[in-house]
Amino acid sequence: MATTSQSFPRLPADARKSGAATSRPGVEIAPLARAQSVLDLVGNTPLLEIKRLTPGLIPAGVRIFAKLEGFNPGGSVKDRPAKNMLETGIAEGKLKPGKVILESTSGNTGIALAMLGVALGYPVELVMASNVSRERKKIIEAFGAKIHYSDPQEGSDGAILMCREMLEKNPERYFKPDQYNNEANSLAHFNTTGPEIWRQTRGEITHFIAAIGTGGTVMGTGRFLKTKNRNVQVIAVEPDDPMHGLEGLKHMASSIVPGIYHENQLDDKIPVSTEDAYEMVYRLAETEGLLVGQSSGAAMVAAIKVANSIRAGTIVTVFCDFGDKYLSTNLWIGWQEWRLKRKK
Amino acid sequence: MGVRVRVPTPLRRFTAGVDEVPADGASIKAVIEDLERRHPGMRERLLDEKGDIRRFVNIYLNGDDVRFLDALNSKVKDGDDISIVPAIAGGR
Repeated sequence: MATTSQSFPRLPADARKSGAATSRPGVEIAPLARAQSVLDLVGNTPLLEIKRLTPGLIPAGVRIFAKLEGFNPGGSVKDRPAKNMLETGIAEGKLKPGKVILESTSGNTGIALAMLGVALGYPVELVMASNVSRERKKIIEAFGAKIHYSDPQEGSDGAILMCREMLEKNPERYFKPDQYNNEANSLAHFNTTGPEIWRQTRGEITHFIAAIGTGGTVMGTGRFLKTKNRNVQVIAVEPDDPMHGLEGLKHMASSIVPGIYHENQLDDKIPVSTEDAYEMVYRLAETEGLLVGQSSGAAMVAAIKVANSIRAGTIVTVFCDFGDKYLSTNLWIGWQEWRLKRKK
Repeated sequence: MGVRVRVPTPLRRFTAGVDEVPADGASIKAVIEDLERRHPGMRERLLDEKGDIRRFVNIYLNGDDVRFLDALNSKVKDGDDISIVPAIAGGR
């Protein structure tokens, strides 16, 4: 089980005052307790206020915070649902010795399952479209998981269908977490991401914004936050067109809609263009010292849009992962040009 | 004769769901213009406002990424295979 932040040892008051915990007075980042497994390291990620990029871009009464999910041991937000789906599968007797974990994924869930499969002692097989980033494939292979490649022309829906076929042919062999339809996915966020954000903002959150892949993050976290304060606005972010370059995100109207995604529970949905999201990634790196993936860029674009629709509030968004997995991808095509344009 | 163009799922709304369509042209740029004539809406998804290939679109000519050939000016001949592939897979 993950250690909750409430159980973290608190520093003595004088140590906090002197800034012993961090170099910044008033900032408390509690050290993690000693862990026994990577499973224990999932969750309890930091919340960072985005302050250097925003002046002049958002009203003075609005603050934007980003939940840095790249701090999870597998490097993304997907560690949370992956862990919960596997633990639930074990508890229900569906995942047991002899079974192979099988899932379709475009990357981060695959990495999470491959890593946690090692920790739990289960082999893992993944179905991915062959055009996912090279780094993701390498990381998954490093964990010893097997990858089955689906047609890149068919996107993630092609991987979903190929995975279904594999399962139908050999149902006894596999345990399929089924991230698109398993409520344990969104429950992971209801039980961890939501409470963490509530604590970290001391209940001051007014808007929660998350990009949608399976919808698990926005659904589960949003549901929790509304139990604490029903006025919290829950907003999803999606690509503005079915043809997009936001790895990990789904344009819902043109995709197989996940069973755990319930659009009627959202207060709003914001479309973001690939170009705007990519440029935001560049800006976050240059102004905040934060190199993130393109879905985080999209989330930040949406957060700024929401900030400009209100006069005061506390916005929390989710930065799903860091950017090191995307260095070989098209995300960086046009970056030099963008940089030169900014310097003029 | 012309060329055959493989169309990814997100663009099939312009081709009535067909995954492979014929087109004509002596360069990638000309093929895209022909695709636009036959399937209006395609060009905007493939090219940005400056007329360059969008960053998240990969176009393969007989298996080679045209960015490593002569980009939009890459020469195309009858019988060539062209594939349009989004740079990402979507979903999670």
